[in-house]
Amino acid sequence: MSQQNNKMPGPGGPGGPGGRGGFQKPKNLGKTIARLMGYLARRKWPLLIVLVCLLGSVLTNIAGGAYASPAGLAADVAKLLGIYALGWVCTYAQSGIMVQLAQRGTNRLRKELFDHLQTLPLSYFDKHPHGDLMSRFTNDADNVQLALEQSVVSLFSSALMFAGIVVVMLVVSPLLFLVSVFTLGSTFLVFKVFGGRSRRYYRQQQADLGDMNGNIQETIEGLKVVKAFTHEEAAKDLFGRLNRRYRDSATAANFYSTAIMPIAMNIMNIGYALTAAFGGVLSIVMGLPLGSFTLYLNYCRQVGQPLNQISQQLTTILSALAGAERIFACMDETPEVDEGFVTLVPAEKDANGTLSQLSGGHPHTWAWKVPRSGAMALVPALLQDDGTILELGQAERTAEGLKLLPPNVDSEEGIWAAVSPDGALTEITDLAALAGHGWAWKYPGPDGRASLHMIRGTVRNVPGEDYCLTELKGAVRFTHVNFSYVPGKRILKDVSVYANPGQKIAFVGSTGAGKTTITNLINRFYEIEDGVITYDGIDVKAIKKDDLRRSLGAVLQDTHLFTGTVMDNIRYGRLEASDEECVEAARIAGADSFIRRLPEGYQTMVTGDGANLSQGQRQLLGIARAAAADPPVMILDEATSSIDTRTERIIQQGMDALMEGRTVFVIAHRLSTVRNSNAIMVLEGGQIIERGDHDDLLAQKGRYYQLYTGGAELE
Amino acid sequence: MLKKLFPYLGGYRRLALVTPLLMILEVACELALPRFMANIVDVGIASGDLNYILKMGGIMLVLAVCSMLCGMFGAKFAATVGQGFGANLRRDLYDKIQEFSFADIDRFSSASLITRITNDVNAIQMMVTMALRLLVRAPVMLVAALAVAISINWELAVVMLVTIPLLVIAIGVLMGVCNRLFQALQKRIDALNGTVQENLVAIRVVKAFVREGYEKTKFQRVNDALTKANIGVSMRIIAMLPIMMIAMNGATAAVLYLGGSQVIGGEMLIGDLSSFITYIFQILMSVMMLGMSFLQLSRSIACARRIDEVLETRPSITDGPLSPADLPEARGRVEFQNVDFKYDAGGTGENVLSGIDLTIRPGEFLAVVGGTGTGKSSLVNLIPRFYDVSGGAVLLDGVDVRDYPLEELRGRIGVVLQNNVLFTGTIRENLLWGRADATEEEMIQAAKNAQAYDFVMSFPDGFDTQMAQGGTNVSGGQKQRLCIARAMLRHPAVLILDDSTSAVDTATDAKIRQSFKENLAGTTVIIIAQRISSVREADRILVLDDGRIADLGTHDELMARCGIYQEIYQSQQEGVQEA
Repeated sequence: MSQQNNKMPGPGGPGGPGGRGGFQKPKNLGKTIARLMGYLARRKWPLLIVLVCLLGSVLTNIAGGAYASPAGLAADVAKLLGIYALGWVCTYAQSGIMVQLAQRGTNRLRKELFDHLQTLPLSYFDKHPHGDLMSRFTNDADNVQLALEQSVVSLFSSALMFAGIVVVMLVVSPLLFLVSVFTLGSTFLVFKVFGGRSRRYYRQQQADLGDMNGNIQETIEGLKVVKAFTHEEAAKDLFGRLNRRYRDSATAANFYSTAIMPIAMNIMNIGYALTAAFGGVLSIVMGLPLGSFTLYLNYCRQVGQPLNQISQQLTTILSALAGAERIFACMDETPEVDEGFVTLVPAEKDANGTLSQLSGGHPHTWAWKVPRSGAMALVPALLQDDGTILELGQAERTAEGLKLLPPNVDSEEGIWAAVSPDGALTEITDLAALAGHGWAWKYPGPDGRASLHMIRGTVRNVPGEDYCLTELKGAVRFTHVNFSYVPGKRILKDVSVYANPGQKIAFVGSTGAGKTTITNLINRFYEIEDGVITYDGIDVKAIKKDDLRRSLGAVLQDTHLFTGTVMDNIRYGRLEASDEECVEAARIAGADSFIRRLPEGYQTMVTGDGANLSQGQRQLLGIARAAAADPPVMILDEATSSIDTRTERIIQQGMDALMEGRTVFVIAHRLSTVRNSNAIMVLEGGQIIERGDHDDLLAQKGRYYQLYTGGAELE
Repeated sequence: MLKKLFPYLGGYRRLALVTPLLMILEVACELALPRFMANIVDVGIASGDLNYILKMGGIMLVLAVCSMLCGMFGAKFAATVGQGFGANLRRDLYDKIQEFSFADIDRFSSASLITRITNDVNAIQMMVTMALRLLVRAPVMLVAALAVAISINWELAVVMLVTIPLLVIAIGVLMGVCNRLFQALQKRIDALNGTVQENLVAIRVVKAFVREGYEKTKFQRVNDALTKANIGVSMRIIAMLPIMMIAMNGATAAVLYLGGSQVIGGEMLIGDLSSFITYIFQILMSVMMLGMSFLQLSRSIACARRIDEVLETRPSITDGPLSPADLPEARGRVEFQNVDFKYDAGGTGENVLSGIDLTIRPGEFLAVVGGTGTGKSSLVNLIPRFYDVSGGAVLLDGVDVRDYPLEELRGRIGVVLQNNVLFTGTIRENLLWGRADATEEEMIQAAKNAQAYDFVMSFPDGFDTQMAQGGTNVSGGQKQRLCIARAMLRHPAVLILDDSTSAVDTATDAKIRQSFKENLAGTTVIIIAQRISSVREADRILVLDDGRIADLGTHDELMARCGIYQEIYQSQQEGVQEA
């Protein structure tokens, strides 16, 4: 059907580069309509007013037709004007309210789509090209808006109008109506045949459009490469083919949709001619009154109008429904799973080392807040010399023997017991051995059996409080982790890694070995298949995702900047950071000097993902952003790859300061960057093949040694 | 503005003329119908002449069928012309963009070029389709209906003198207001698109910093702004509704009143009055149609301007005057003669490169090192003439690169750009970009030389593996190796690699350089690199600092005398020495 409606430039929503993914016949029509109407009719009364006004304007329209007979009396004309005036008011009120409702509805639709998009896991964005997602905000939302604003009411009023006029015609002259039955029937046939054809070509057109726009997007974005390879002619040829294919299907779709109107209208005209002749004959032969004859003829012409309207709106409505379906499909995607219940809270430690929660601010101490009702139990425990953890507990003596007390209840008799994995208690008589006891988390591991995890930091475990706090230290441990992005293609195999608080852990290895993947799993961008990742002894799955990520500062492989000032971009790390803090962060990252040389300094606008900055400058800003966030744990994924080694050396001091006292995960292929790490993991094919510090690894003369001396080896 | 677009009607000009003619015929038939109807009432029924009525009815039937045929063919031709015009415009735009120099692309930005060739062309195409139908139909209808109305009863037609100007003024005011609003609306649309795009591209950053809430607020701001602008435009257009209805209904009432008394007075026939009202309806509808069409037109003028801007751009770099026959044999000698360069040629910006004098011998391996932003990429971009020098000259094999036909020049040079891309298609198709007529063996050899063969063969489909858009289904290092293979397949006289092994590990990097030595003996190789290990065996190493040549020499020479080079070396080599 008519593509005008589909890609009409307005007054409408955003029109981005055309969408991929073609027009589909709406699948679950009823459901989609109902859901879409929900956006229109969040409040019932405006819609009610619209309905009343609509009825009013249709009735006045029909009534006006009846009064518009040549009466010539002033009173009649006045009455007519009165009816008209009512029509004006109704029409205006109805359209005005509809504009507001439709615009607000579309606004809400876009908002909910965007909001939902923010909750989707990264794997969703990996699977769906940006162009496709963009077109839901542009083409699809645009279609919906157009339909809500214009077509819904129009369709409704046209249907009402049509029904009304048909009824009046039937009343005025049942005999003449026989002729109209024939014309109306033919019109419907035309609608059906041409509409069906048009829809078929329309679908083809949308598919061709997707191909063509995809080609445009790709070759224009890669135009520099096209030119470097003097591939312009080949590109033109391919585009020319796609362009012609689109033109042909669009022409066919366009013809079938635009031809409906003249054909239907002229069938009406044929009906008009037949009625005129038939009526003329009737009035002579059977004495049909002249008045009702002319009146009938009037309606005969009028009845074409609503049909015409419907034919025009049908396309808009169908493509809006297809658009709505695509939008709803996106909104029905399952958001990132987040069953976490452990939260991150700012905390302080007083002189005695007692941890307490702060209401806000950005302190240097953070704590995990764990509700007692969760699946995790805080138990006293002892780290034994062989590395195993012994669960302890206070107990009371009962008739049946020892009975374990809840962790926040002290034993009156001061009885301590060791708890074995099967729950059996052994009383500990040598209480002196317990002097160094600490705390551990106890929760079911992946195998379903209870596992214990020692807590390194301070613990706040106050009886009566329904939560406990443990200090954030930054210990991260991978235990037998398996992972694949696509089922069956395993990227990480049985990876076990641990980072003690404050340690710098580096990952090296060839491209595609799985370095970035490991860091993607720490902040739970993706879900692991097997194994467990713990953070300060807590399974990362138990930590609320937002809080988990808040505790990790990341400088990712591709630095992306946002439209705004340089200052805004640094502040993206921590929204409440002051200007001074941002400048300080830039200084640490070694970005301060180049920023000051920019035309507007910190107020320089960054546009187009930082197109006006060099790759290296963007990376420096990315580091500054992470520095402003001042997180307890940092991930640096090739954070300095585009910064030349000389500059890197200059900012080294700042980087060292940044990493001081934090657990840091570093990925770099430039081995000079990772040399001073506490531990270096060499990855190959998703497995850790070597681990140790720089000197250990060189001494091993293995893969790391090869990588490190790779340049020298050839000489 | 719109006149400039006429040539794009191309082969459709004749159809473009026929279509309005069909439209006029259709209108004429349609307009005649009420006249004959009036005859039936006023003459046929009044005189009781059955034959007359049937004759008139027959004429009406013929007219209606004629109108239908005209309408059908009109629709067919309009669709052909409109879509054909759009396709022509798109093709010419696309072809034009292919001629753009890097500077032109930078100036427009690829995102904006894409919008122009997709959205803007669509808007213009719609406008043409609409113009063919409405802009012809409406004025013809208007004039014809007015003429018939006056012929029926000129006294009653005076009513039009009041209503038409009223409508015209109202539409004029509306257009004035909307024009400004449309521009503001377009900005809001761009803002919303920009925000979504930025969010999608940087979704990892958003999630890593838990900024979903912040992003939502940001989006809601632009979303609300767009909605407000949309409501503003729509409410003003809707304000036209009552004005239109008042004009239409008022005219009908006035005609009924005035005409009614004439009918009663016997001065006018009742059938005439009835058809007169039909004509009034058509006249006023035509005025409205015209008004709304102009409103659409004013919207598309902005698009036409944006398209015209592209079409009118003279590519800043075009073929040089020499013909291929005049060119020297390709040997790969590159000379920079006192070259200055800045990106805003002729502007006031600072020079990116100044006073570069350098001769690179055929077959030489030259490495370029230097800090971020010292002009390394700019330097090599001048050789294939991606940009033109601002002062001095760049010579390839003794001839100024500006004298070469571009295809000849770039055919002699293989480039791996910093931000390299692969295209949708198989790996094979991508590699053959280097040289379309390369044999299978040559392609395999190129892949082996670039250390890409093994991983390509590890894919189930080998060279027939389908690349995803943007090459996202291979790792960064693999992508770089494919890009190198593509450039090597060209057998260029000069091979330029702009930091194109940054994601490749050191050992593979060394193997690639080794294969350059073995397989590209006569080829001049220019490498920009960060790693000393990548450049130390170069014949000469060029050290750039702040757009000037800081030093030029072998690794050993530079180690002996160049401070900057020593620093770079130190920053990378400490560990090795300890080991």
